[in-house]
Amino acid sequence: MGPRLFQRPGPAANLVLRGVRVLDPAAGIDEVRDLVISDGVVGGDARGLEEVDAAGKVAIPGLVDPHVHLRTPGREWTEDIASGSRAAAAGGFSAILAMPNTTPVVDNAAVLGALIDLASRDAVMPVGFYAAITVGQKGQVLTEQAELAAMGAVGFSDDGRPVASAAVMRRALQYQRLADRPLVLHEEDPTLVAGGCAHEGAMASRLGLGGMPSIAESVAVARDAALAEYEDASIHICHVSAAETVEEIRRAKGRGVRITAEVTPHHLALTDGALEELDPRRHKMNPPLREESDRQALIAGLVDGTLDCVATDHAPHDADEKDMPFEEAPFGVIGLETAFAACYTHLVNPGHMDLATLVRRMSTAPATALGLTAPTLADGAQADVALLDLEAVTTVVETGFQSKSRNSAFLGEALAGRVLLTIAGGQVAWRAA
Amino acid sequence: MRRRSLIAIGDLDRAEVARILRVANRFAEVMQRDIKKVPTLRGRTIVNLFFEASTRTSTSFELAGKRLSADVVNVKASGSSMEKGESLKDTVLTLASYAPDVLVIRHSAAGACAIASRHTDAAVVNAGDGKHEHPTQTLLDLYTVEREMGPLDGLQVAFVGDVAHSRVARSGIQGFAMMGAKVRLVGPPTLLPRDAEEALGVTTSTDVRDIADADVVYVLRMQHERMGEGGLVPSLREYAATYGISHERLRPGQRVMHAGPINRGVEISGALADDPATLIVRQAANGMVVRMAVLYDLLAAPQSAAEAAAELGAVAV
Repeated sequence: MGPRLFQRPGPAANLVLRGVRVLDPAAGIDEVRDLVISDGVVGGDARGLEEVDAAGKVAIPGLVDPHVHLRTPGREWTEDIASGSRAAAAGGFSAILAMPNTTPVVDNAAVLGALIDLASRDAVMPVGFYAAITVGQKGQVLTEQAELAAMGAVGFSDDGRPVASAAVMRRALQYQRLADRPLVLHEEDPTLVAGGCAHEGAMASRLGLGGMPSIAESVAVARDAALAEYEDASIHICHVSAAETVEEIRRAKGRGVRITAEVTPHHLALTDGALEELDPRRHKMNPPLREESDRQALIAGLVDGTLDCVATDHAPHDADEKDMPFEEAPFGVIGLETAFAACYTHLVNPGHMDLATLVRRMSTAPATALGLTAPTLADGAQADVALLDLEAVTTVVETGFQSKSRNSAFLGEALAGRVLLTIAGGQVAWRAA
Repeated sequence: MRRRSLIAIGDLDRAEVARILRVANRFAEVMQRDIKKVPTLRGRTIVNLFFEASTRTSTSFELAGKRLSADVVNVKASGSSMEKGESLKDTVLTLASYAPDVLVIRHSAAGACAIASRHTDAAVVNAGDGKHEHPTQTLLDLYTVEREMGPLDGLQVAFVGDVAHSRVARSGIQGFAMMGAKVRLVGPPTLLPRDAEEALGVTTSTDVRDIADADVVYVLRMQHERMGEGGLVPSLREYAATYGISHERLRPGQRVMHAGPINRGVEISGALADDPATLIVRQAANGMVVRMAVLYDLLAAPQSAAEAAAELGAVAV
């Protein structure tokens, strides 16, 4: 059985988007017409369906986020399945994949089973779950990946920490032949980042913040690319942040390594120049915001496909956790509800890429990279649709989130591109007020 | 009313630094008198909040407040609710409820003062936050050099040693540069900050002989945890041999500074530390009047230059 997504049962979507620009680059569709959704499926007879005036708006395949933290079990006051999936729906996502670094860690069938039950009850849109690569994410003993995969785990990840031992990493890559799921890797040489909390560069030097050097990421990627090549296994690299890493991945792809990679909207949009305010709520995350040259390399990598897709690394923290000195506050920012607008504002509007490429990088490519069925607007497909108003500009404010947390890197920023309606897994998951 | 804070040396411009140094000079004159107390800040409240050990900074801030007739309260981490795990935010909120005019804060984490200033209308004065900044140390360093050596403009200053982990250096580099001095960093390659030239507008060297051009040699404290197993330099012995400052490494006329506490025989030789020709004891002595000037500047200083001149006369009377 393949990877599975879970969603609460609900009525199938029945509506027609009148006069909408239907844009599905992977299916070769870009035309202004009516888009019919009947019984939760694209296409069919428009008669009798609810009509939505969508003139001037754009319908795209639902976005796919291969990297979110739903903080369940263990930290439900910062996010849970219901609030996290609502945030995803509000962001135009029709599939999200949740990381297993919870308390307890998702490293056995019991915890995964409980999450599947929760999502089947509470998730307003389809949610998939990773399980850990190693028991307790301690980097020592492999989890029971055959069983976890059979239950529907979408992949394996120790996200939040690297698999420090090359030998353990190699065993996980060998075992992939049995589990048949992607290994999703948080790449960081722990000895090179010890004590750091900001990108090692001029800004950290000026502010006296411990540095997290770019090479901590790129040397870890180089190691795992070599291991994956040797074992003919496939790996997916989480939240690439450094120019050196982009180059490492480009070289690996060039020699045929089965490697895919993601990049976050905040690394595409922001640099460590923002750290001057010493505001950990907005600007402390791991990997850290790096320099403009890194940001440009990430954009170029996403344009040319070296970086396959966008992922938010949505990482909720409550206000108190983040109301600490920069050095002491936890890492992470939320991202689901601002992801499309941040990318549209910082990538499409300045001309780095066209809208069609962005849609591929946020929908088709992440699904393909993680082995999911890619959303499409072709007739007969399950309805996974986001309806966008590209003209709308919204200022990101604390009160505007469906997420339980407000630690957004984009607070206060005016972003273009608003999600009006999300259909996910054939159900209406979000309608903007 | 929300007061101005002093969290980084860059919160001040050159004119403001010069103004504070002038005021410090007037307070230094006051300190020559029999009665060393002035009524300037009578009725004001200053809370010194020290989460980290300190001798010079806490003592001089306390005395500075008292000599200005302010009510001064000292809160130390040991013996307070901070020991029970109270967060920085809650500690600040509690103290802010007593409506102090100034919160002087020392903390082990960079960014502590930035967070604290969000939860109080009092002026926050950074008395050292992690490896970030220590702006009042820089003001007293500038005051000391100007008083002993004349104008800062065009002076050559070398910071020697563990620049990467030093808040004294981080504020000092920016402060001296702001006043027109030329700054060079000299230290082991493992203890110089990444991209220091770009970050701080300095030149760097790993050769201790490159202090030769400096008018001021500012020796930085070498912490024991950086050596040996800390991994940044192999041993105390090799550090002292390579970068330790002694009379033999200085030429006549060079003045030596150190913010203390010193490690004799490590970053500075015992004989040099005891040499009255260094500025080290003067730095400590000047701490109080400079901190008086900082408190005066935040709480009592008139806005215009003309007012300032008039007021200064009044202060000294």
